[in-house]
Amino acid sequence: MEKYFKPSVFFLSLIPFLIIIYKIFFNQLGPEPVKEITHHTGEWTLIFICLTLAMSPLKRLTNLGVWIKFRRMLGLFVFFYATIHLLTYVGIDYRFDWAPIFNDVVKKKYIFIGFSAWLLLIPLAITSSQKMMKLLKHNWKKLHKLVYVIAIFGSLHYIWLSKSIFFKPLIFMIIILVLLALRIKIKKRETNYG
Amino acid sequence: MKKIKYSEITPEKIYRNRRSFIKSMGLGAGSIALTSIPFINDAKSEQKDKLTSYKDITTYNNYYEFGTSKSDPYKNSQNFKTDPWSISIEGEVENPINISMEEISEQFVSEERIQRLRCVEGWSMVIPWMGFSLNQLLSKVTLTSKAKFVEFESVYDPDQMKGQRYPVLQWPYKEGLRIDEAMHPLTTVVTGLYNKKLPNQNGAPLRIFLPWKYGFKSAKAIVKIKLVEKMPTSSWMRASPREYGFYSNVNPNVDHPRWSQATERVIGNDIFAPRVETLMFNGYGDEVANLYSGMDLKKYF
Repeated sequence: MEKYFKPSVFFLSLIPFLIIIYKIFFNQLGPEPVKEITHHTGEWTLIFICLTLAMSPLKRLTNLGVWIKFRRMLGLFVFFYATIHLLTYVGIDYRFDWAPIFNDVVKKKYIFIGFSAWLLLIPLAITSSQKMMKLLKHNWKKLHKLVYVIAIFGSLHYIWLSKSIFFKPLIFMIIILVLLALRIKIKKRETNYG
Repeated sequence: MKKIKYSEITPEKIYRNRRSFIKSMGLGAGSIALTSIPFINDAKSEQKDKLTSYKDITTYNNYYEFGTSKSDPYKNSQNFKTDPWSISIEGEVENPINISMEEISEQFVSEERIQRLRCVEGWSMVIPWMGFSLNQLLSKVTLTSKAKFVEFESVYDPDQMKGQRYPVLQWPYKEGLRIDEAMHPLTTVVTGLYNKKLPNQNGAPLRIFLPWKYGFKSAKAIVKIKLVEKMPTSSWMRASPREYGFYSNVNPNVDHPRWSQATERVIGNDIFAPRVETLMFNGYGDEVANLYSGMDLKKYF
């Protein structure tokens, strides 16, 4: 039974990507297709950040180690969707017209922080393998704490691009803060008992 | 500055036919040939002045009274009651009036006015409005010498307008213009679009439209027009004075603090159509630039 877990999670995680492919080929993207792809992939990046961050609290809550098995894959899907999101903006929206892109990255805080988050994802994706984990030893854990910064950056990116105070971006921020707060508690308990 | 001539604009029907013709050609080929991917064909016929389709104009709206998502206004406004409706014109006038929609349609002739809409979010449409100049409506009253600005107030009815139950903006929605802007012939009182009655999601029964300003300046479902002496504070200015100014003229050289205004996406274009450059005053500089001569438009954004 358990051997099907990973492939199922992998397939499920691909669904948002397949939806976009379907919409592109069947002209279902609506009046502003580029924005639709950008928002869809951006939102799923944030959802996968939340899912990734949920794995270790779930492990502790349910006392089941199985959750951790998905963490790496979910994390890589964060990178996957974030990269499509970025490529949509750079390649489809601005057609590799570097001057306005550079201008945006430097001058517009929501783009700056979003781009920073993507840059920070790179070392995590590179060092995600079992091999790298062994190679980096305790430094691996330290390095991968970057995901907390990435999560905050990602939700700020969404809040800052919204025209007013909107519901969805706030919800993402709250979920991420809760997931991060769960870690603080868990840590304290560990040191107390340890 | 480029003006849109009517002849330059593809009528919706022809445009639709062309689309389906190209599509059917591709589908006829059987396999998934490149031509069956609609956006590849359409990329060639992309042009800025093509009329936006009725469907896009009426299903892709910013109208926070009915919800903040683009599809909300269409979904949530269908049962909105616009009859009876009257508009009061008051404030710095000798003879305040209250005029009903029936009286308006009897006394003013709505003509087709094809105008560009540029949203502050960076997208644009070309809309065949039906309407007449606001100065005609304002000629019903005699202004006092203190009438320097016009304030528009939209309807407040949270029972019918879901979005007004949330403090996204301060309700009722308010907008304002300088009196010379309000009197400009391009400033349109809109009563319809595509030769039909104005749909609820587009601001029925009556809205204004200013093609050289960002879309939010054009208040919808207006119930009150007030002539005032001091510059009114609009809902968006109140929400974020640093980001939304009183003038809000379309200006590619003055960015929104959080995003660029240099280019825009044309609604209805396909995925591979490029962004187009935003024009000063949205391309209406010949008509309106003189209203702002000598003004620092970075300061008065």
